[in-house]
Amino acid sequence: MGKAKSAGARRKPPGAQAGARGVKAKPNPNPFEVKVNRQKFQILGRKTRHDVGLPGVSRARAIKKRTQTLLKEYKERDKSNVFRDKRFGEYNSSLTPEEKMTKRFALEQQRHHEKKSIYNLNEDEELTHYGQSLADIEKLNDVVDSDSDTEERGTLSAELTAAHFGGGGGLLNKTASQQSEEGDKAKSRKELIEELIARSKQEKRERQAQRENALELTEKLDQDWKEIQTLLSHKTPKSENKEKKEKPKPDPYDVMVRELGFEMKAQPSNRMKTEEELAREEQERLTKLEAERLRRMFGKDEDETMKKPKHVSADDLSDGFILDKDDRRLLSYKDGKMNIEEDVQEEGSREAGGSESEGEEDPSGEDTEQSDSPDGHSDLDSNAESEEDGESPEKGQLPAPRERCSHGDQKARVDRAELPYTFAAPESYEELKSLLSGRSVKEQLLVVERIQKCNHPSLAAGNKAKLERLFGFLLEYVGDLAARDPPDLRVIDKLVVQLYNLCQLFPEAASDAMRFVFRDAMHEMEEMLETKGRAAFPGLDVLIYLKIAGLLFPTSDFWHPVVTPALVCMSQLLTKCPVLSLQDVVKGLFVCCLFLEYVSLSQRFVPELINFLLGILHIAAPNKPALGYTLVHPFRALGKNSELLLVSNREDAATWQRKSLPLHWASGLKTLTTTETNHARLSCLAVCLALVKRCMLLYGALPAFQDIVQPLRAVLTEHLAHRGHPQDLQELCQSALAEAENQKPHCRPLVCEKSRPVPLKLFTPRLVKVLEFGRKQGSTREEQERRRLIHKHRREFKGAVREIRKDNQFLARMQLSETMERDAERKRKVKQLLNSLATQEGEWKALKKKKFKK
Amino acid sequence: MERDRGPGGAGRVLGRLLEAVLASRGEANAVFDILAALQSEDPEEIQEAVRICSRLFGALLERGELFVGRLPSEEAVMTGSQGATHKYKVWMRHRYHSCCNRLGELLAHPSFQVKELALGTLMKFVQLEGSHPLEKPKWEGNYLFPRELFKLVMEGLLSLEEDRALLLSQLQEYLEYDDIRYHTMQAAVGVMARVTDGQAEVPLTFWNNAFTLLSAVSLPRQEGSTPSFYVKHTEPSDKWKVAHLKEHRKAFQLMWLSFLKHKLPVSLYKKVLVIMHDSILPHLAQPTLMMDFLTSAYDIGGAISLLALNGLFILIHKHNLEYPDFYRKLYSLLEPSVFHVKYRARFFHLADLFLSSSHLPAYLVAAFAKRLSRLALTAPPEALLMVLPFICNLLRRHPACRVLVHRPQGPELDADPYDPGEQDPARSCALDSSLWELQALQKHYHPEVSKAASVINQALCVPEASIASLLELTPYEVFERDLKKKVPEQVPLEFIPAVGLLGRQEDLCAQYFSLS
Repeated sequence: MGKAKSAGARRKPPGAQAGARGVKAKPNPNPFEVKVNRQKFQILGRKTRHDVGLPGVSRARAIKKRTQTLLKEYKERDKSNVFRDKRFGEYNSSLTPEEKMTKRFALEQQRHHEKKSIYNLNEDEELTHYGQSLADIEKLNDVVDSDSDTEERGTLSAELTAAHFGGGGGLLNKTASQQSEEGDKAKSRKELIEELIARSKQEKRERQAQRENALELTEKLDQDWKEIQTLLSHKTPKSENKEKKEKPKPDPYDVMVRELGFEMKAQPSNRMKTEEELAREEQERLTKLEAERLRRMFGKDEDETMKKPKHVSADDLSDGFILDKDDRRLLSYKDGKMNIEEDVQEEGSREAGGSESEGEEDPSGEDTEQSDSPDGHSDLDSNAESEEDGESPEKGQLPAPRERCSHGDQKARVDRAELPYTFAAPESYEELKSLLSGRSVKEQLLVVERIQKCNHPSLAAGNKAKLERLFGFLLEYVGDLAARDPPDLRVIDKLVVQLYNLCQLFPEAASDAMRFVFRDAMHEMEEMLETKGRAAFPGLDVLIYLKIAGLLFPTSDFWHPVVTPALVCMSQLLTKCPVLSLQDVVKGLFVCCLFLEYVSLSQRFVPELINFLLGILHIAAPNKPALGYTLVHPFRALGKNSELLLVSNREDAATWQRKSLPLHWASGLKTLTTTETNHARLSCLAVCLALVKRCMLLYGALPAFQDIVQPLRAVLTEHLAHRGHPQDLQELCQSALAEAENQKPHCRPLVCEKSRPVPLKLFTPRLVKVLEFGRKQGSTREEQERRRLIHKHRREFKGAVREIRKDNQFLARMQLSETMERDAERKRKVKQLLNSLATQEGEWKALKKKKFKK
Repeated sequence: MERDRGPGGAGRVLGRLLEAVLASRGEANAVFDILAALQSEDPEEIQEAVRICSRLFGALLERGELFVGRLPSEEAVMTGSQGATHKYKVWMRHRYHSCCNRLGELLAHPSFQVKELALGTLMKFVQLEGSHPLEKPKWEGNYLFPRELFKLVMEGLLSLEEDRALLLSQLQEYLEYDDIRYHTMQAAVGVMARVTDGQAEVPLTFWNNAFTLLSAVSLPRQEGSTPSFYVKHTEPSDKWKVAHLKEHRKAFQLMWLSFLKHKLPVSLYKKVLVIMHDSILPHLAQPTLMMDFLTSAYDIGGAISLLALNGLFILIHKHNLEYPDFYRKLYSLLEPSVFHVKYRARFFHLADLFLSSSHLPAYLVAAFAKRLSRLALTAPPEALLMVLPFICNLLRRHPACRVLVHRPQGPELDADPYDPGEQDPARSCALDSSLWELQALQKHYHPEVSKAASVINQALCVPEASIASLLELTPYEVFERDLKKKVPEQVPLEFIPAVGLLGRQEDLCAQYFSLS
């Protein structure tokens, strides 16, 4: 019925909706009025709006509306005067009747208060404040309210409420009663209200007068009481005085209580950790680091974890970090001594953060201590001591450091007194060298340590860069020491710890420096290869650098910015540098050892290592008529160095003692007798055999193990096992062979991993929004909108035409009924006239007959 | 002569003599003074003299004041009754001749400037003598070239005692000209024949010189429109042999064959083989003539075999050479040293080419793959980076060989069925084996190698990986690549604190090495 409604809305006067609303509200219509439009087929997705209708009801509603609107217009078509309802909000449906009434009342009041004439100044207009006349307030300025007063004021008289809120009914009633009292004198509403106001004013005045009286009485009572009070007792005023006196000076107890109350409450701190807990924590930390290391070793998710950016919200303030641990140190005691030293030690050995905190703490303490007393280096001493303590069990051959310390204590103290306490960080390598040269090992260490402490990054802004450079200089210094003749390996041994600490602080700088060093070494080799066609083993410094790289960085990583180049560098050393002397053998064996150490955790395969060891064994073996193996590049089957390690002297072989190879041999062995040379050869061979055995153990699990070690086995069995070597070597040989035999070859055929079948290439279907089947699809939005509007317009137009037609029909029906009515009336009147005429005629004829009879 | 006035003075004196000789025939005896200067000890003076000689005889040649025709002996002419002009010409031609001989000797002079100047002068004479021939043309349009003179130059260049590589490089610019090139080839054959004829043992330097000369000769690939001549001819004709590339090729072939038929030192063998495929074989008239040389080189073994491969391949590929045991030979060439030799890239390039045929039997390819992977166990990383994709490519090309990496229901074996000692790939049982070596190399220390070896874990994808860029990989490049990789912002660090240079006691270094 929307059409009818909208059609009606165009011409409807307000108030027409009431009827419509009444119909809608009807809950269950008469079943005989319901007409059901039965559908022949159920169609999915089609919305049916007109399946049920009430034709009779709607028709009746339409007719009713027309009678209300159209018919009225029709009837008034010839009339020029209009009745206009000007009541406020009469046809406004948004206003509730109550609102309507209040507004009307307000309008009325307003009209009432309007000045009759703007020139009439005397017309009194009372100004009010809180409903009270200002004039009254001025009068009763000094009124002191009492309780009773407010009570009284809170309530309104019943009469007043009746007059105000009774909707005027009270007034009317009253008027009715007054009417009955005064009889004929009917008062207008205005008069009534004026009377009411006058009465309430009068009441107010009376109340005020009463209140004034009460006030006067209280004042009088007070004065009376004061007079009597002095007579009553003397004590009470005294106590009053006392109180007055004590007020400014509060009780110390109270003060204390207050203070205690406001003082910060003692906060619970973490319980001190027990030894086991500490150990467990350390254990956990290590396992975590180990897991991290393993992850890097397999190189599995190196990309994923590294490259996956954390999601950062746009309004993230990046303040959501959590401190990993509480780095405040708790004061603790152990064996009655303050437990600081140990913490420092522990953390220093732990990680960079720890050593940082140590650094932060130490200098301050140092400064104060150093300034006054000679034994102020207690912390330094203990540092050094504990450091050496850590080493001493591992290095038996070193003289016990504690002992050295104690007997050289006095001297050391003197030495240190000579050393300045602060050092500027060296700006160049020469500067560092001049600082360190000519000092003893301990002093050098101390100098380096002090440089670090004086230039701790937390002390000044530029210190970080300075210390980063210090790493490079130290590295250079180490290289210098190694290149000396004889190499100063003891100092390097100590400096390595410093390097490690610096590296933990500045990993980037350290890795850059190491890479730079390796690049230099490789450049040198490359150049030599290009110019001479072959390269010689580099000096001891490069080997030391390689070793240091292994100490500073994890060697088991799948890829590491420092370690991988170092590995390639070592591979080059083993493949490109021909072995020409015993010195080269020592160097090569050291590199082999490094290689094995690098891959000891990751168990990676190093072909060069096997090749080199094979070559060393080859040059240690005598007359080789037929080789069961092939040698690769740096070694030749025949040539002037093909029997470099061969010891033919039986006596020398008999007197040989197995011992480790001293590293300084790598930088040169000149002063050796023939016997010593032979011993050195045998030592090299022993190390080589030990390394071979290691290799066998390490690579036992590799699939092609037998093929890998086949040349080694060949050279061992054929040439070395049955020779007059010392017992030691024979045993080594045999055990290496046994290791090789032990590994069962397991040749499981290779199988590729099953790969997921690759799905066929599919194209995602193109989705087109279909609003309605047929003409509407596939056009732009504007076009669709235009079409929709056209459609709507057409429907509206049709509806309007239908409505107009129905209006016309209705009007025609009305006109017809009017006409019919009029006709019927006329007929009736004519009939009546005829009737009367007939009676008249009849009467007249009767009269005439009568006359004739007469 | 006024020797004491220094070289500059000598130059002026010689200049005056030159003008006198050129001005009047009466002063002709001054030529003796000029020629005497050529014998001088002082290089400066010699140079001056050479320059003067060049101007003198150049002018004489242009003027036609030298005797043309077969040169009679000097005494006969002098005593004879011919006219003075005739006598003068014959006499002057004799001086010219002795001058050329002296210049040829100067090619062995210790000073390089002198050598260079002498060579330049001789070549100038060659040019002038060519355009003003000293012999009578036998018929109209006869091609004349100062062969004798040029032979003199060649003999000077191909010295028995001294390495003339530098001087030979000077000749290079003349070799651009067709006629010089042609006659060089001819002259070289003659010189080589003469040198080797008498002597049993020919010194190495001669062969080196010869090789330098021979390798400097490069023929154009296609016949140019107009031949370029060094000697300016008034009316060049295309009937001359020298104008045809075909003749050049014949000469080229003759030259190389006459060179290669001698017993050469090993280093020269290698040098010849290196340039064989590129600059010798394409220019021969009959490349198949190289067959014997190449097959015998291929049989020598080692690096020479590797190098002979290339030439042999061209013969097989382009000239229908049938070589029965080619693949077997190739198979036996695969030695551990193959990864360490200088010609690694070339060898693998060729091996890739030889094994690219899809008609090879599976056993053969399997044997190659297995052998290569066995060798890979001793290879350095840069070679591994190349050979691993190489093996994978083989497997990709020959799907029948994929059993080497994928044998789903294979029985577990006690030992590798592959026999590495077997020379015949057919009997090596490679097809029954698997590439466990590659599996072992998955644990290689270098990440790139490990990744390359891990390819076999998945089914091999179809497109072959190109190994062209990997062939020339040097260890230094591998190293640089590692250095250039982006460093992660957090460099992983060792968490076990360092205690000393050699580490803790249980560490390897501390066990086997000590600080003192």
